[in-house]
Amino acid sequence: MIGIVGYGSYLPRYRIKVDLIAKQWGADPEAIKRGLLLYEKTVPGQDEDTITISVEAARYALQRARIDPQKIGAVYIGSESHPYAVKPSATVLIDALGIGPHVHAASYEFACKAGTEAMYSAYSLVKAGEMEYALGIGADTSQGAPGDALEYSASAGGSAFIMGKENVIAEILFTNSYTSDTPDFWRREHEFYPRHAGRFTGEPAYFKHILNAGKTLLEKSGLSPKDFQFAVFHMPNGKFPLEVGKKLGFTKEQMEAGWISPWMGNTYSGSSPTGLSAILDVAKPGDNIFMVSFGSGAGSDGFIFKVTNEIDNVRDLAPKLRDMLDNDKIYLDYGQYAKFRQKIILNE
Amino acid sequence: MITPRYHREIPQRHRLEAGKCKQCGHISFPPRLVCPKCKSKSFETVNLSREGKILTFTIIRVGPDKFSKETPYVVAIIELSEGRSANAGVRLTAQIADCDVDKVEIGDKVKLVFRKIQDEGKSGLHCYGYKAVII
Ligand SMILES: [Zn+2]
Repeated sequence: MIGIVGYGSYLPRYRIKVDLIAKQWGADPEAIKRGLLLYEKTVPGQDEDTITISVEAARYALQRARIDPQKIGAVYIGSESHPYAVKPSATVLIDALGIGPHVHAASYEFACKAGTEAMYSAYSLVKAGEMEYALGIGADTSQGAPGDALEYSASAGGSAFIMGKENVIAEILFTNSYTSDTPDFWRREHEFYPRHAGRFTGEPAYFKHILNAGKTLLEKSGLSPKDFQFAVFHMPNGKFPLEVGKKLGFTKEQMEAGWISPWMGNTYSGSSPTGLSAILDVAKPGDNIFMVSFGSGAGSDGFIFKVTNEIDNVRDLAPKLRDMLDNDKIYLDYGQYAKFRQKIILNE
Repeated sequence: MITPRYHREIPQRHRLEAGKCKQCGHISFPPRLVCPKCKSKSFETVNLSREGKILTFTIIRVGPDKFSKETPYVVAIIELSEGRSANAGVRLTAQIADCDVDKVEIGDKVKLVFRKIQDEGKSGLHCYGYKAVII
Protein backbone atom coordinates (compact mmCIF):
# COMPACT_ATOMS: atom_id res chain seq x y z
CA MET A 1 0.00 0.00 0.00
CA ILE A 2 1.39 3.40 -1.01
CA GLY A 3 0.04 6.77 0.01
CA ILE A 4 0.09 9.54 2.60
CA VAL A 5 1.72 8.63 5.92
CA GLY A 6 1.72 12.14 7.40
CA TYR A 7 0.12 15.46 6.56
CA GLY A 8 0.23 18.97 7.95
CA SER A 9 -0.93 22.47 7.09
CA TYR A 10 -0.03 25.97 8.11
CA LEU A 11 -2.02 29.20 7.75
CA PRO A 12 -0.78 32.64 8.85
CA ARG A 13 -2.87 34.29 11.58
CA TYR A 14 -3.47 37.54 9.68
CA ARG A 15 -6.68 38.16 7.71
CA ILE A 16 -8.24 40.88 5.62
CA LYS A 17 -11.93 41.06 4.89
CA VAL A 18 -13.04 41.28 1.28
CA ASP A 19 -15.18 44.31 2.24
CA LEU A 20 -12.07 46.39 2.96
CA ILE A 21 -10.44 45.55 -0.37
CA ALA A 22 -13.68 46.35 -2.24
CA LYS A 23 -14.07 49.65 -0.38
CA GLN A 24 -10.48 50.62 -1.21
CA TRP A 25 -11.17 50.39 -4.95
CA GLY A 26 -14.75 51.64 -4.99
CA ALA A 27 -16.28 48.23 -5.71
CA ASP A 28 -19.49 46.87 -4.17
CA PRO A 29 -18.50 44.42 -1.40
CA GLU A 30 -21.86 42.63 -1.44
CA ALA A 31 -21.61 41.99 -5.18
CA ILE A 32 -18.15 40.48 -4.75
CA LYS A 33 -19.13 38.33 -1.77
CA ARG A 34 -22.22 37.10 -3.63
CA GLY A 35 -20.46 36.67 -6.98
CA LEU A 36 -17.27 34.96 -5.81
CA LEU A 37 -18.41 33.53 -2.44
CA LEU A 38 -15.35 35.06 -0.79
CA TYR A 39 -15.50 36.71 2.65
CA GLU A 40 -11.93 37.03 3.90
CA LYS A 41 -8.44 35.76 3.12
CA THR A 42 -5.21 34.91 4.90
CA VAL A 43 -2.28 37.34 4.75
CA PRO A 44 1.31 36.34 5.54
CA GLY A 45 3.15 38.17 8.32
CA GLN A 46 6.06 40.38 7.26
CA ASP A 47 8.42 37.57 8.30
CA GLU A 48 6.54 34.77 6.53
CA ASP A 49 7.05 33.41 3.02
CA THR A 50 6.72 30.16 1.10
CA ILE A 51 9.75 28.72 2.89
CA THR A 52 8.57 29.46 6.44
CA ILE A 53 5.04 28.24 5.66
CA SER A 54 6.46 25.03 4.12
CA VAL A 55 8.67 24.41 7.17
CA GLU A 56 5.75 24.72 9.63
CA ALA A 57 3.42 22.56 7.49
CA ALA A 58 6.12 19.90 7.04
CA ARG A 59 6.95 19.95 10.76
CA TYR A 60 3.30 19.04 11.45
CA ALA A 61 3.41 16.34 8.75
CA LEU A 62 6.49 14.84 10.46
CA GLN A 63 4.70 14.95 13.83
CA ARG A 64 1.88 12.89 12.32
CA ALA A 65 4.12 10.52 10.36
CA ARG A 66 6.32 9.80 13.42
CA ILE A 67 9.30 8.92 11.22
CA ASP A 68 13.00 9.75 11.30
CA PRO A 69 13.40 12.80 8.99
CA GLN A 70 16.64 11.21 7.75
CA LYS A 71 14.60 8.54 5.96
CA ILE A 72 13.02 11.10 3.62
CA GLY A 73 14.67 10.68 0.22
CA ALA A 74 13.13 13.58 -1.69
CA VAL A 75 11.62 16.99 -0.92
CA TYR A 76 9.65 18.92 -3.53
CA ILE A 77 8.04 22.29 -2.88
CA GLY A 78 5.50 23.60 -5.37
CA SER A 79 4.84 27.35 -5.35
CA GLU A 80 4.44 30.36 -7.58
CA SER A 81 6.01 32.55 -4.87
CA HIS A 82 9.34 30.87 -4.11
CA PRO A 83 11.42 33.52 -2.26
CA TYR A 84 14.35 32.94 -4.63
CA ALA A 85 14.24 32.88 -8.44
CA VAL A 86 17.36 30.72 -8.26
CA LYS A 87 17.88 28.62 -5.08
CA PRO A 88 15.31 25.93 -4.30
CA SER A 89 13.12 26.57 -1.27
CA ALA A 90 13.70 22.98 -0.14
CA THR A 91 17.41 23.69 0.51
CA VAL A 92 16.40 25.83 3.48
CA LEU A 93 13.60 23.49 4.58
CA ILE A 94 15.72 20.34 4.80
CA ASP A 95 18.21 22.10 7.05
CA ALA A 96 15.44 23.39 9.30
CA LEU A 97 13.86 19.96 9.74
CA GLY A 98 16.93 17.73 9.92
CA ILE A 99 16.29 16.07 6.55
CA GLY A 100 19.27 15.08 4.37
CA PRO A 101 21.85 16.10 3.24
CA HIS A 102 21.45 12.80 1.33
CA VAL A 103 18.17 13.92 -0.23
CA HIS A 104 16.87 14.93 -3.65
CA ALA A 105 15.36 18.42 -3.58
CA ALA A 106 13.69 20.70 -6.12
CA SER A 107 11.30 23.61 -6.53
CA TYR A 108 8.23 23.08 -8.67
CA GLU A 109 6.30 25.78 -10.47
CA PHE A 110 2.95 25.40 -12.25
CA ALA A 111 0.75 28.31 -11.12
CA CYS A 112 -1.81 26.88 -8.67
CA LYS A 113 -1.08 23.20 -9.20
CA ALA A 114 2.61 23.09 -8.28
CA GLY A 115 1.65 21.53 -4.94
CA THR A 116 -0.06 18.49 -6.47
CA GLU A 117 2.91 18.11 -8.86
CA ALA A 118 5.16 17.85 -5.81
CA MET A 119 2.77 15.31 -4.25
CA TYR A 120 2.62 13.28 -7.46
CA SER A 121 6.42 13.14 -7.83
CA ALA A 122 6.87 12.19 -4.17
CA TYR A 123 4.28 9.42 -4.51
CA SER A 124 5.81 8.13 -7.76
CA LEU A 125 9.31 7.86 -6.28
CA VAL A 126 8.04 5.79 -3.35
CA LYS A 127 5.97 3.66 -5.72
CA ALA A 128 9.05 3.09 -7.89
CA GLY A 129 10.87 1.78 -4.84
CA GLU A 130 13.54 4.49 -5.03
CA MET A 131 13.09 5.55 -1.41
CA GLU A 132 11.17 4.83 1.77
CA TYR A 133 9.61 8.27 2.15
CA ALA A 134 9.23 11.42 0.03
CA LEU A 135 7.82 14.82 0.97
CA GLY A 136 5.61 16.89 -1.35
CA ILE A 137 4.54 20.41 -0.38
CA GLY A 138 2.28 23.06 -1.89
CA ALA A 139 2.65 26.55 -0.39
CA ASP A 140 2.23 30.13 -1.53
CA THR A 141 2.13 33.76 -0.48
CA SER A 142 0.30 34.82 -3.61
CA GLN A 143 0.00 38.41 -4.77
CA GLY A 144 -2.71 40.00 -6.87
CA ALA A 145 -2.05 43.45 -8.33
CA PRO A 146 -3.77 46.19 -6.30
CA GLY A 147 -7.29 46.76 -7.64
CA ASP A 148 -7.16 43.57 -9.74
CA ALA A 149 -9.84 40.90 -9.27
CA LEU A 150 -7.13 38.54 -7.99
CA GLU A 151 -6.51 40.82 -5.01
CA TYR A 152 -9.76 39.59 -3.40
CA SER A 153 -8.57 35.99 -3.41
CA ALA A 154 -4.73 35.74 -3.48
CA SER A 155 -3.77 34.49 -0.02
CA ALA A 156 -1.14 32.56 1.94
CA GLY A 157 -0.82 29.07 3.36
CA GLY A 158 0.36 25.60 2.56
CA SER A 159 0.21 21.87 3.18
CA ALA A 160 2.76 19.08 3.30
CA PHE A 161 2.33 15.36 2.61
CA ILE A 162 4.80 12.60 3.39
CA MET A 163 4.36 9.63 1.07
CA GLY A 164 5.38 6.16 2.16
CA LYS A 165 4.53 2.46 2.27
CA GLU A 166 4.08 1.74 5.98
CA ASN A 167 1.36 3.04 8.31
CA VAL A 168 -0.39 4.67 5.36
CA ILE A 169 -3.31 6.88 6.42
CA ALA A 170 -4.69 7.50 2.92
CA GLU A 171 -3.83 5.11 0.13
CA ILE A 172 -3.49 6.58 -3.36
CA LEU A 173 -5.61 4.35 -5.61
CA PHE A 174 -5.56 6.23 -8.93
CA THR A 175 -4.07 9.38 -10.45
CA ASN A 176 -4.63 11.23 -13.70
CA SER A 177 -3.29 14.49 -15.17
CA TYR A 178 -4.49 16.69 -18.04
CA THR A 179 -2.35 19.48 -19.51
CA SER A 180 -2.59 21.90 -22.47
CA ASP A 181 -1.17 25.22 -23.71
CA THR A 182 -3.77 27.72 -22.46
CA PRO A 183 -3.02 31.46 -22.11
CA ASP A 184 -5.23 32.15 -19.08
CA PHE A 185 -2.64 33.41 -16.59
CA TRP A 186 1.12 33.92 -16.55
CA ARG A 187 3.94 35.96 -15.06
CA ARG A 188 7.06 36.89 -17.03
CA GLU A 189 10.50 36.78 -15.37
CA HIS A 190 11.21 39.94 -13.28
CA GLU A 191 7.52 40.96 -13.22
CA PHE A 192 6.09 41.39 -9.73
CA TYR A 193 2.41 40.70 -10.43
CA PRO A 194 0.91 38.03 -12.71
CA ARG A 195 -1.22 38.84 -15.76
CA HIS A 196 -4.41 37.10 -16.74
CA ALA A 197 -6.49 37.07 -19.90
CA GLY A 198 -10.02 37.36 -18.53
CA ARG A 199 -11.78 35.53 -21.35
CA PHE A 200 -9.64 32.41 -20.87
CA THR A 201 -9.97 32.05 -17.10
CA GLY A 202 -13.28 30.21 -16.71
CA GLU A 203 -14.49 27.69 -19.28
CA PRO A 204 -11.37 27.08 -21.43
CA ALA A 205 -9.04 26.88 -18.42
CA TYR A 206 -10.37 25.97 -14.98
CA PHE A 207 -13.48 24.05 -16.03
CA LYS A 208 -12.05 22.32 -19.11
CA HIS A 209 -8.97 20.97 -17.32
CA ILE A 210 -10.65 19.88 -14.10
CA LEU A 211 -13.56 18.25 -15.95
CA ASN A 212 -11.26 16.37 -18.33
CA ALA A 213 -8.86 15.25 -15.61
CA GLY A 214 -11.77 14.35 -13.33
CA LYS A 215 -13.85 12.40 -15.87
CA THR A 216 -10.90 10.27 -16.97
CA LEU A 217 -9.94 9.69 -13.34
CA LEU A 218 -13.44 8.37 -12.64
CA GLU A 219 -13.26 6.12 -15.74
CA LYS A 220 -9.86 4.76 -14.73
CA SER A 221 -11.15 3.90 -11.27
CA GLY A 222 -14.51 2.48 -12.33
CA LEU A 223 -16.04 4.50 -9.50
CA SER A 224 -18.85 7.03 -9.70
CA PRO A 225 -19.32 10.24 -7.68
CA LYS A 226 -21.69 8.51 -5.23
CA ASP A 227 -18.85 6.16 -4.18
CA PHE A 228 -17.04 9.10 -2.54
CA GLN A 229 -17.52 10.62 0.89
CA PHE A 230 -15.45 13.71 0.01
CA ALA A 231 -14.41 15.75 -3.04
CA VAL A 232 -12.09 18.74 -3.28
CA PHE A 233 -11.07 20.90 -6.23
CA HIS A 234 -8.78 23.84 -6.75
CA MET A 235 -10.38 26.88 -5.09
CA PRO A 236 -9.57 30.14 -6.95
CA ASN A 237 -12.65 31.57 -5.17
CA GLY A 238 -15.63 30.10 -3.33
CA LYS A 239 -17.83 29.68 -6.38
CA PHE A 240 -15.81 27.78 -9.03
CA PRO A 241 -15.11 24.60 -6.99
CA LEU A 242 -18.80 24.11 -6.16
CA GLU A 243 -19.73 24.59 -9.84
CA VAL A 244 -17.09 22.24 -11.23
CA GLY A 245 -17.91 19.62 -8.60
CA LYS A 246 -21.59 19.78 -9.48
CA LYS A 247 -20.75 19.35 -13.18
CA LEU A 248 -18.81 16.19 -12.33
CA GLY A 249 -21.75 14.86 -10.32
CA PHE A 250 -20.69 15.64 -6.73
CA THR A 251 -23.00 17.15 -4.12
CA LYS A 252 -22.38 20.12 -1.85
CA GLU A 253 -22.33 17.71 1.13
CA GLN A 254 -19.38 15.83 -0.38
CA MET A 255 -17.51 19.11 -0.95
CA GLU A 256 -18.33 20.87 2.34
CA ALA A 257 -15.36 19.62 4.43
CA GLY A 258 -12.70 20.67 1.93
CA TRP A 259 -14.41 23.90 0.83
CA ILE A 260 -12.33 26.45 2.76
CA SER A 261 -11.71 29.20 0.19
CA PRO A 262 -14.53 31.54 1.36
CA TRP A 263 -12.52 32.17 4.57
CA MET A 264 -8.98 31.30 3.43
CA GLY A 265 -8.89 32.77 -0.09
CA ASN A 266 -6.89 31.15 -2.86
CA THR A 267 -3.62 29.79 -1.48
CA TYR A 268 -2.58 28.87 -5.04
CA SER A 269 -0.27 25.81 -4.83
CA GLY A 270 -1.59 25.28 -1.31
CA SER A 271 -5.27 25.42 -2.31
CA SER A 272 -6.64 21.93 -3.02
CA PRO A 273 -3.87 20.30 -0.89
CA THR A 274 -5.07 22.33 2.10
CA GLY A 275 -8.66 21.32 1.29
CA LEU A 276 -7.44 17.71 1.36
CA SER A 277 -5.82 18.36 4.74
CA ALA A 278 -9.15 19.67 6.11
CA ILE A 279 -10.83 16.50 4.80
CA LEU A 280 -8.24 14.18 6.41
CA ASP A 281 -8.94 15.96 9.71
CA VAL A 282 -12.50 14.59 9.66
CA ALA A 283 -12.41 11.52 7.36
CA LYS A 284 -13.16 8.03 8.68
CA PRO A 285 -11.45 4.73 7.84
CA GLY A 286 -12.79 3.41 4.52
CA ASP A 287 -13.81 6.83 3.14
CA ASN A 288 -12.96 7.64 -0.49
CA ILE A 289 -11.67 11.12 -1.39
CA PHE A 290 -11.72 12.63 -4.90
CA MET A 291 -9.31 15.49 -5.60
CA VAL A 292 -8.46 17.51 -8.71
CA SER A 293 -6.15 20.52 -8.71
CA PHE A 294 -5.81 23.19 -11.38
CA GLY A 295 -2.89 25.35 -12.43
CA SER A 296 -3.07 28.06 -15.06
CA GLY A 297 -1.09 27.62 -18.20
CA ALA A 298 -2.78 25.06 -17.83
CA GLY A 299 -3.17 21.66 -16.20
CA SER A 300 -4.92 19.52 -13.60
CA ASP A 301 -3.76 16.63 -11.40
CA GLY A 302 -6.35 14.21 -10.06
CA PHE A 303 -6.03 11.74 -7.16
CA ILE A 304 -8.30 9.17 -5.58
CA PHE A 305 -7.49 8.37 -1.95
CA LYS A 306 -8.83 5.67 0.34
CA VAL A 307 -8.58 6.48 4.05
CA THR A 308 -7.26 3.67 6.29
CA ASN A 309 -7.67 2.75 9.97
CA GLU A 310 -4.35 4.48 10.67
CA ILE A 311 -6.00 7.93 10.34
CA ASP A 312 -7.40 7.66 13.86
CA ASN A 313 -3.89 7.29 15.30
CA VAL A 314 -2.40 10.42 13.71
CA ARG A 315 -5.21 12.96 13.31
CA ASP A 316 -4.70 14.57 16.72
CA LEU A 317 -0.89 14.71 16.61
CA ALA A 318 -0.80 18.18 14.98
CA PRO A 319 -3.10 21.22 14.68
CA LYS A 320 -6.22 20.77 12.53
CA LEU A 321 -6.97 23.01 9.58
CA ARG A 322 -10.39 24.29 10.69
CA ASP A 323 -8.90 25.31 14.06
CA MET A 324 -6.24 27.36 12.28
CA LEU A 325 -8.83 28.82 9.93
CA ASP A 326 -11.39 29.79 12.58
CA ASN A 327 -9.31 30.76 15.62
CA ASP A 328 -6.68 33.29 16.72
CA LYS A 329 -7.22 35.59 13.76
CA ILE A 330 -5.65 39.05 13.58
CA TYR A 331 -7.56 41.36 11.22
CA LEU A 332 -5.67 43.98 9.20
CA ASP A 333 -6.99 47.17 7.64
CA TYR A 334 -6.12 47.90 4.01
CA GLY A 335 -3.18 50.14 4.93
CA GLN A 336 -1.59 47.48 7.15
CA TYR A 337 -2.26 44.89 4.46
CA ALA A 338 -0.58 47.05 1.80
CA LYS A 339 2.45 47.43 4.09
CA PHE A 340 2.60 43.71 4.91
CA ARG A 341 2.43 42.81 1.22
CA GLN A 342 5.07 45.42 0.29
CA LYS A 343 2.68 47.32 -1.93
CA ILE A 344 3.99 50.65 -0.59
CA ILE A 345 7.02 52.27 -2.21
CA LEU A 346 9.70 53.00 0.41
CA ASN A 347 13.04 54.74 0.35
CA GLU A 348 15.98 52.32 0.39
CA MET B 1 27.84 41.33 4.26
CA ILE B 2 26.65 38.77 6.80
CA THR B 3 26.43 35.69 4.56
CA PRO B 4 29.38 33.70 6.02
CA ARG B 5 28.17 34.28 9.57
CA TYR B 6 24.59 33.40 8.66
CA HIS B 7 25.78 30.17 7.09
CA ARG B 8 27.90 29.26 10.11
CA GLU B 9 24.96 29.73 12.49
CA ILE B 10 22.43 27.68 10.50
CA PRO B 11 22.48 24.62 12.84
CA GLN B 12 21.49 26.88 15.75
CA ARG B 13 19.16 29.25 13.91
CA HIS B 14 17.35 26.53 11.93
CA ARG B 15 17.45 23.47 14.17
CA LEU B 16 18.28 24.77 17.66
CA GLU B 17 21.35 22.55 17.90
CA ALA B 18 22.97 22.79 21.31
CA GLY B 19 25.97 21.13 22.97
CA LYS B 20 25.24 18.82 25.91
CA CYS B 21 28.23 18.14 28.15
CA LYS B 22 28.94 14.41 28.27
CA GLN B 23 30.43 14.73 31.76
CA CYS B 24 27.96 16.91 33.69
CA GLY B 25 24.96 17.21 31.36
CA HIS B 26 25.03 21.01 31.16
CA ILE B 27 23.51 22.27 27.89
CA SER B 28 25.20 25.19 26.10
CA PHE B 29 23.35 27.16 23.44
CA PRO B 30 25.05 28.13 21.25
CA PRO B 31 27.47 25.21 21.70
CA ARG B 32 30.84 25.89 23.34
CA LEU B 33 34.25 24.29 23.10
CA VAL B 34 34.67 24.02 26.89
CA CYS B 35 31.85 23.30 29.37
CA PRO B 36 31.40 26.41 31.59
CA LYS B 37 30.43 24.20 34.54
CA CYS B 38 33.00 21.38 34.58
CA LYS B 39 35.57 22.38 31.92
CA SER B 40 35.00 19.15 30.00
CA LYS B 41 35.62 19.31 26.24
CA SER B 42 33.35 16.48 25.26
CA PHE B 43 29.84 17.23 24.04
CA GLU B 44 26.97 15.58 22.24
CA THR B 45 24.67 17.52 19.89
CA VAL B 46 21.05 17.84 21.01
CA ASN B 47 18.11 19.68 19.44
CA LEU B 48 16.36 21.92 21.96
CA SER B 49 12.63 21.59 22.55
CA ARG B 50 10.59 24.29 20.84
CA GLU B 51 8.46 25.22 23.86
CA GLY B 52 9.08 27.46 26.82
CA LYS B 53 8.00 30.63 28.60
CA ILE B 54 8.82 34.33 28.60
CA LEU B 55 11.26 35.20 31.40
CA THR B 56 11.38 38.90 30.55
CA PHE B 57 10.90 41.12 27.51
CA THR B 58 11.21 44.60 26.08
CA ILE B 59 9.15 46.48 23.52
CA ILE B 60 11.22 48.03 20.72
CA ARG B 61 9.47 51.19 19.55
CA VAL B 62 12.43 52.75 17.71
CA GLY B 63 14.23 49.98 15.89
CA PRO B 64 17.50 49.80 14.00
CA ASP B 65 17.20 50.74 10.29
CA LYS B 66 16.59 47.19 9.12
CA PHE B 67 13.68 46.66 11.49
CA SER B 68 12.30 50.21 11.54
CA LYS B 69 9.23 49.22 9.48
CA GLU B 70 8.33 46.41 11.90
CA THR B 71 8.03 48.49 15.09
CA PRO B 72 6.67 48.17 17.65
CA TYR B 73 7.89 44.63 18.29
CA VAL B 74 8.76 42.54 21.31
CA VAL B 75 12.13 40.93 22.02
CA ALA B 76 12.07 38.44 24.87
CA ILE B 77 14.34 36.19 26.86
CA ILE B 78 12.76 32.77 26.73
CA GLU B 79 13.39 29.82 29.00
CA LEU B 80 12.86 26.54 27.19
CA SER B 81 11.18 23.57 28.84
CA GLU B 82 14.19 21.28 29.16
CA GLY B 83 16.31 21.75 32.25
CA ARG B 84 19.86 22.89 31.68
CA SER B 85 20.53 22.38 35.37
CA ALA B 86 18.39 21.71 38.44
CA ASN B 87 16.88 25.20 38.64
CA ALA B 88 17.04 26.72 35.15
CA GLY B 89 16.19 25.83 31.59
CA VAL B 90 18.10 26.77 28.47
CA ARG B 91 17.58 30.45 27.68
CA LEU B 92 17.60 32.26 24.38
CA THR B 93 16.63 35.65 23.00
CA ALA B 94 13.96 35.87 20.32
CA GLN B 95 11.41 38.19 18.83
CA ILE B 96 7.76 37.47 19.72
CA ALA B 97 5.87 37.34 16.41
CA ASP B 98 2.15 37.80 15.64
CA CYS B 99 1.35 39.47 18.94
CA ASP B 100 -0.35 42.55 20.36
CA VAL B 101 2.71 44.14 22.01
CA ASP B 102 0.60 45.58 24.82
CA LYS B 103 -0.73 42.19 25.84
CA VAL B 104 2.55 40.27 26.19
CA GLU B 105 3.25 39.20 29.78
CA ILE B 106 6.10 37.60 31.69
CA GLY B 107 5.33 33.90 32.11
CA ASP B 108 3.41 33.60 28.80
CA LYS B 109 3.89 30.16 27.25
CA VAL B 110 5.50 30.29 23.83
CA LYS B 111 6.62 27.98 21.06
CA LEU B 112 9.44 28.64 18.61
CA VAL B 113 8.54 28.95 14.94
CA PHE B 114 10.58 29.27 11.76
CA ARG B 115 10.51 32.81 10.37
CA LYS B 116 12.46 35.17 8.18
CA ILE B 117 14.66 37.31 10.42
CA GLN B 118 16.06 39.76 7.88
CA ASP B 119 17.05 40.31 4.27
CA GLU B 120 20.49 41.26 3.06
CA GLY B 121 19.14 44.20 1.06
CA LYS B 122 17.02 43.83 -2.05
CA SER B 123 19.17 41.29 -3.87
CA GLY B 124 20.97 39.50 -1.03
CA LEU B 125 20.16 36.43 0.98
CA HIS B 126 17.00 35.90 3.01
CA CYS B 127 18.12 35.04 6.54
CA TYR B 128 15.85 32.65 8.46
CA GLY B 129 15.78 31.63 12.09
CA TYR B 130 13.55 31.20 15.12
CA LYS B 131 11.00 33.56 16.59
CA ALA B 132 8.47 32.79 19.29
CA VAL B 133 4.68 32.91 19.22
CA ILE B 134 2.48 32.91 22.31
CA ILE B 135 0.42 29.71 22.70
ZN1 LIG C 1 30.11 19.84 31.95
